[in-house]
Amino acid sequence: MYLAKLYVSHKPSILDPQGEAIKKALHSLNHQSVESISQGKYFEINLNENNQEDAENVLKKACEELLVNQNMETYHYEIKEV
Amino acid sequence: MRFAVISFPGSNCDNDLYYAIKDGIRENCDMVSSEDTNLNMYDVILLPGGFSFGDYLRSGAIASLSPIMKSIKEAANNGKIIIGICNGFQILTESHLLPGSLIKNNNMQFVSNWEKLSVSNNQTIFTNEYKKNEQINIPVAHGEGHYYCDQDTLASLKDNHQIVFTYNNNPNGSISDIAGIVNKEGNVLGMMPHPERAVEDILGSKDGLKLFKSILNHNVRS
Repeated sequence: MYLAKLYVSHKPSILDPQGEAIKKALHSLNHQSVESISQGKYFEINLNENNQEDAENVLKKACEELLVNQNMETYHYEIKEV
Repeated sequence: MRFAVISFPGSNCDNDLYYAIKDGIRENCDMVSSEDTNLNMYDVILLPGGFSFGDYLRSGAIASLSPIMKSIKEAANNGKIIIGICNGFQILTESHLLPGSLIKNNNMQFVSNWEKLSVSNNQTIFTNEYKKNEQINIPVAHGEGHYYCDQDTLASLKDNHQIVFTYNNNPNGSISDIAGIVNKEGNVLGMMPHPERAVEDILGSKDGLKLFKSILNHNVRS
């Protein structure tokens, strides 16, 4: 069994109004040092595979087919045997 | 002509569309569940607005893998007429039947307003009843209607005259004021505004009716 931790974020070219709104709210709490915020998505995925290569292949396909919209998002992941 | 309105779990404009077809242009129309798999008997397939699958993951992403989508893709490839409105547009981009994506409105607000649109291309299956650059009043209601695509895609949309409707006062930040596009072949339309909510004077406008009439007109001519 493998556990993948998947991070999905907007491509830098995409305007992120949520991040901007959160930044303004933090500034209103006097956290002026907050320069920028980008809100993304985090997934924990348990994969019932026998080796890491197979697990990563399934994960990458899942990202391409559903979890990530590659038109506007990018992703990276960490994976370990559990 | 036979129209099908696809109901996904969370669709909420399916009845509006159904009545726009039944009462607005008096054609045959059925509601079809997204769990069904056969659309052979229909000429026109309509994907309604709403919040399919609660907008989980991304708007339209889960719906794009519904059982019915396989027959919708086949129908699209066979040249059948397909319209996605609002969430239906989001489902069509997530299914790669239309290019680009719909992302959060620039101003972070859900916009629910009447918008003035320009008919930028009146030479389509969906707009032949309008005049070129006709100004029409159609309501919008969306939180994620900002149309985004990369510059290459935008250039190709322009070159192929795929931009069909544009906003006069862009309410969501859409690139090039895009409100609706067709695919390269011209048989699939996606738009954020709701023509089905503008089919009778009592609703405030009937400018949406010509869109549905255009389909009938196209059918007579072809």
